[in-house]
Amino acid sequence: MSHEAARLRLKTWICAAVVVLSNVFGNFFLKKGMPADLPTPWSYVTVLFHPLVTLGVVLLILWMMSRMALLSWADLSYVLPVTSIGYALVALVGWLFLAERIPAKRWAGIVLIVAGVALVSLGTAPRTHKPEAGQ
Amino acid sequence: MKWVYIAIVVAATTVGEVMQAAGMRRNGEIHDFRPSALGRALAMLSRNIFVIGSVVAMAVSFFAYLGLLTIAELSFAVPVTAITYVLETILAKYILKEHVNWLRWAGASLVICGVALVSL
Repeated sequence: MSHEAARLRLKTWICAAVVVLSNVFGNFFLKKGMPADLPTPWSYVTVLFHPLVTLGVVLLILWMMSRMALLSWADLSYVLPVTSIGYALVALVGWLFLAERIPAKRWAGIVLIVAGVALVSLGTAPRTHKPEAGQ
Repeated sequence: MKWVYIAIVVAATTVGEVMQAAGMRRNGEIHDFRPSALGRALAMLSRNIFVIGSVVAMAVSFFAYLGLLTIAELSFAVPVTAITYVLETILAKYILKEHVNWLRWAGASLVICGVALVSL
């Protein structure tokens, strides 16, 4: 692997980790803070000022920024499968920290996701298109 | 009503993410992660038509998703919205001209099956 390819891969993995963690915890707090229903259009706005929802939204803004940075050099068809490791992570976080039981079906799903992520992240380069001029 | 929300979420997410990828590629690789440089990059991106379009589409998707979560279980919402993976990978190949080799198709397929199994 050339020096340039190694640099790009390390940078990609660090940025992907930020993308995944901010998404996992952003959605977690968002779901925790959401009330049972939103009766009026105005309540869609006021719910944003519920502390847990606000924290979730801040993390999701970080998610969007880091994802945009990642997409400035990495392919969409690379970013999509690789960042979906978050789905497996959510289940593992529940198992490790919330003592949730993971049924066999869910373990099978986690194994499939990890296998898919490994295939794409280890088997293909983050960028297959020619970098364009800019910056 | 549930399926209306799902259709809006899937369409808006797909359009938004493909536009985001197109806009960011047009901007070029971000090298400098110091706050001042990131601020300048953001200022530039706020004039990037693809990025503006993607933010609008994702805002639509976000509020439709909030609406979906109020009437549907998370374990239903998550696997259904994984449909966007298929649509976006196809658009990445034909619109963004990425080389989607068999490893990426296989990886994306494994992930979709895995997401369905984890959340169903």
